[in-house]
Amino acid sequence: MADDLVNLTIDGVPLSVPKGTLVIEAAKQAGVLVPHYCYHPGLPVAGVCRMCLVEIEKAPKLQIACATQVAEGMVVRSQSPVAKQGRTGVLELLLINHPLDCPICDQAGECELQDFTFQEGRPATRYSPDYPKRFNPVEDFGPDVLYVPNRCILCTRCVRFMEDVAKEPVLNVSERGDRAYIGVHPEARLDHPWAGNVVDLCPVGSLLSKDFLHKARAWELDKTASICTGCSQGCNVTLDTRDNVVVRVRPRSNLDVNRYFICDHGRMSYRWMNRGDRIEAPLVQRDGELHATDWDEAFERVATLLRGAGGRAVALVSPKASTEALFLARELFAGLEWTGAFQVVMGEEAPLAGVPNLALRAERAPNAKGAELLGYSRHYAAALAAAESAAIVLVLDEPDLVVRTAGSLIYAGTVLPDGARAAAVVLPIANVAEEDGTFVNRDGRAQRYFQAKPAPGMARPAWWVFSELAAVAGRGEAGRVTSADEAFERLTASVDGLRGLVPA
Amino acid sequence: MGFPHKPHARETVVLSKYFGDADARTYKGWVKRGGYEMLAQALTMEPAKLIDVVKESGLRGRGGAGFPTGLKWSFMPKEKKKPHYLCVNADESEPGTFKDREIMRWTPHALLEGSAIAAHAIQAEVVYIYIRGEFTEPWTFMDRALADASAAKVFGPIKIYLHRGAGAYICGEETALMNSIEGKRGNPRIKPPFPAAAGVFGMPTTINNVETLAAVPHILKQGAAWYKGLSLSSPKSTGTKLFSVCGHVQKAGNYEVTMGFPLKDLLYELCGGMRPGRTLKACIPGGSSVPILNREETESCLLDYEGVVEKGSMLGSGGVIVFDDSTDMVYQIMRLARFYAHESCAQCTQCREGTAWTTKILERILAGQGKMADLDLLLDLSENMTGKTICVLSDSCAAPVVSGIKRFKNEFEDYIAGRRRPVMVA
Repeated sequence: MADDLVNLTIDGVPLSVPKGTLVIEAAKQAGVLVPHYCYHPGLPVAGVCRMCLVEIEKAPKLQIACATQVAEGMVVRSQSPVAKQGRTGVLELLLINHPLDCPICDQAGECELQDFTFQEGRPATRYSPDYPKRFNPVEDFGPDVLYVPNRCILCTRCVRFMEDVAKEPVLNVSERGDRAYIGVHPEARLDHPWAGNVVDLCPVGSLLSKDFLHKARAWELDKTASICTGCSQGCNVTLDTRDNVVVRVRPRSNLDVNRYFICDHGRMSYRWMNRGDRIEAPLVQRDGELHATDWDEAFERVATLLRGAGGRAVALVSPKASTEALFLARELFAGLEWTGAFQVVMGEEAPLAGVPNLALRAERAPNAKGAELLGYSRHYAAALAAAESAAIVLVLDEPDLVVRTAGSLIYAGTVLPDGARAAAVVLPIANVAEEDGTFVNRDGRAQRYFQAKPAPGMARPAWWVFSELAAVAGRGEAGRVTSADEAFERLTASVDGLRGLVPA
Repeated sequence: MGFPHKPHARETVVLSKYFGDADARTYKGWVKRGGYEMLAQALTMEPAKLIDVVKESGLRGRGGAGFPTGLKWSFMPKEKKKPHYLCVNADESEPGTFKDREIMRWTPHALLEGSAIAAHAIQAEVVYIYIRGEFTEPWTFMDRALADASAAKVFGPIKIYLHRGAGAYICGEETALMNSIEGKRGNPRIKPPFPAAAGVFGMPTTINNVETLAAVPHILKQGAAWYKGLSLSSPKSTGTKLFSVCGHVQKAGNYEVTMGFPLKDLLYELCGGMRPGRTLKACIPGGSSVPILNREETESCLLDYEGVVEKGSMLGSGGVIVFDDSTDMVYQIMRLARFYAHESCAQCTQCREGTAWTTKILERILAGQGKMADLDLLLDLSENMTGKTICVLSDSCAAPVVSGIKRFKNEFEDYIAGRRRPVMVA
């Protein structure tokens, strides 16, 4: 073990890191972020931007931290005058052809060129204002990607992503010298299902998302850790919200699940989180119509139905519901003959060739595995048939609902489909952006997501709704839960297959 | 030499002995002149023994860096676990250099023989000869020579391929050359890994210059001691070297002299001196990438690796560019900078942006719109461009600028101060 560790010093901080570690990665462990552009941990090393120049004792000249491996006894100085001077020189050169259009650039505020220039750039340019800057017109690269060549610093992250990660090399560096720009294959479009990652990888505002174009300034965004609902892969994402509206989904790195990437399907699947046609109050059936009411009456109605129900209960649930909600929904029917089922929308599988076990999965459901572990089955048609004669049917957020039942229909959902208009009670619930919860991905990994914005009106997280209901109806074992955390603890303590899981 | 001029009495003709002799180009003609004897002998020798002979001879790389050839060969894995490759750098594109061109035009078999011997020494079964795209005539002769020699089965198990470049200066850089052979964009690679560990197609590779390899059969034939003795000065610089002299001399051309030959004698005796009425102003001794020498430095310079360094430049590829007193140094330096700006591969920031910016500043000075501060800016910029990039193209652009400003500052100042009529450069 100790043989595989290398001891070195970075900016005075002694470190022991595994053999083969790059200096730039070791520096992170010393709390030092060496400025860089072309380096990205998810891409092969290019060593071209020359920004991460550091001084290494005994080396005859400055070295790039991204392509230099640690060595025993190495002494690295990232803040020495020579190293800083080297990087300041690079920044000056990067800026001579870079338009200073930060006020209209989407990247401003999250731009690495901006950040490092503020950190260690020259206060003023020495490039004569008489010289024109390099100009190339904006290019439409693909469905969601615009290329603004004037802002490009030719770090080649996008080229390497397409070549080495997506394995569809449609981008290159065209031309030479300061005329160089990123070229797209003349007969191809940047329309790979994972192509949107080049926008995230671009350290400047050169590759832009058309979807996010001029939508918001980076500093106006609130960021919330979440899990993508696009498929069963369970990619970790960040929901960017502005004024309680989700405006962008970006990957959040998780080396075990999605590394640094998400697919375009997941990236674009967020508009429904902002739907305006939401159910904002509990509804109860009165005189053949649904009427808005308060939670107390709604709970009382459901409790009455539950108490009076004998025979079969059927639960038709969405595989996009949180594990907590699915668990508590099942608790409601303790003691009844129970059938639970979910249906999964299927699509085309789209792997990211360069990353093992990462794909847009055919199963477009984030929590099918969680539902399965909780005893919900995939025999949706059978459950639908069983519902016809069931005493009570609970539907959890299934928008394409077509259910016939002789019993009572309880609908818990975000929006009100026609099929739910016959429900005895409608319970308004929060969507994934509005609650804390957990999904279990296809590999059995439980992953927590967090609330990014408030739910509309009286809508509440489904776990809360079912927990309250159980308490009012006197169902369930241990009474109310007060958080998704608590609900998850309870389910991992009692459900086989989920026992001992810790959300990551 | 011998082409286009008669050899000069002070030349030591080894490589250039058959320049101008069209019969030596043919396979039969070459064999008649003793060709391929050394290859046949080498193929029976232990590779390690071959490497020792070349090490002993003191032969150093003639492409520009001057790295000891035997030592380079010895870096290849002794125990062969993967295919080994030899790449021959015939992409001679350094401005002012045209020695490899003549070797390939007149003695293509000399290169093939040297290449095959080297391949045996490093246990390579495949040789790629990367020939500059613009070299149409050398290509024709090399192609014919390779076909004839292959038909005669002289190479044993070694397979030689010619690979034609597409006209990029940077492909003369060894790692860019390997990328180009692989069919990729000719971008230099970061080192490590060094080619001996992972070169072309990721396999152990040695890259040698044409002139270096052409010297190998001679070393085998006449012995390492003989080659080592062909030195007038430093024991670290041995053998003969072809110098391509161009510019303001009476007889431009290739001249083969022993290491340590005085540059002054090369210019004034072998090349016939300056044009009538003109005097020497400056000289670039080793191809456009090396610092410029002034008249005093030129006239006291000995042509070997150490001697040129002592004067503040480098022997480089042996491309001697001569400037007489009619030369506008500012313009010449701008032309060099413009060349590098055009040829930069665009990978490293300092090179991509720095070479172009340098050119713009020089153009502005020439246009009479420069400022005195521009000179400091150029020097600072050159400092930024030196020693910080993957390859040395950036350094090569900075070298003539820095040495030019240092030695010919008055010419820059004349333009800036308006004492000289502006030159409009398009």
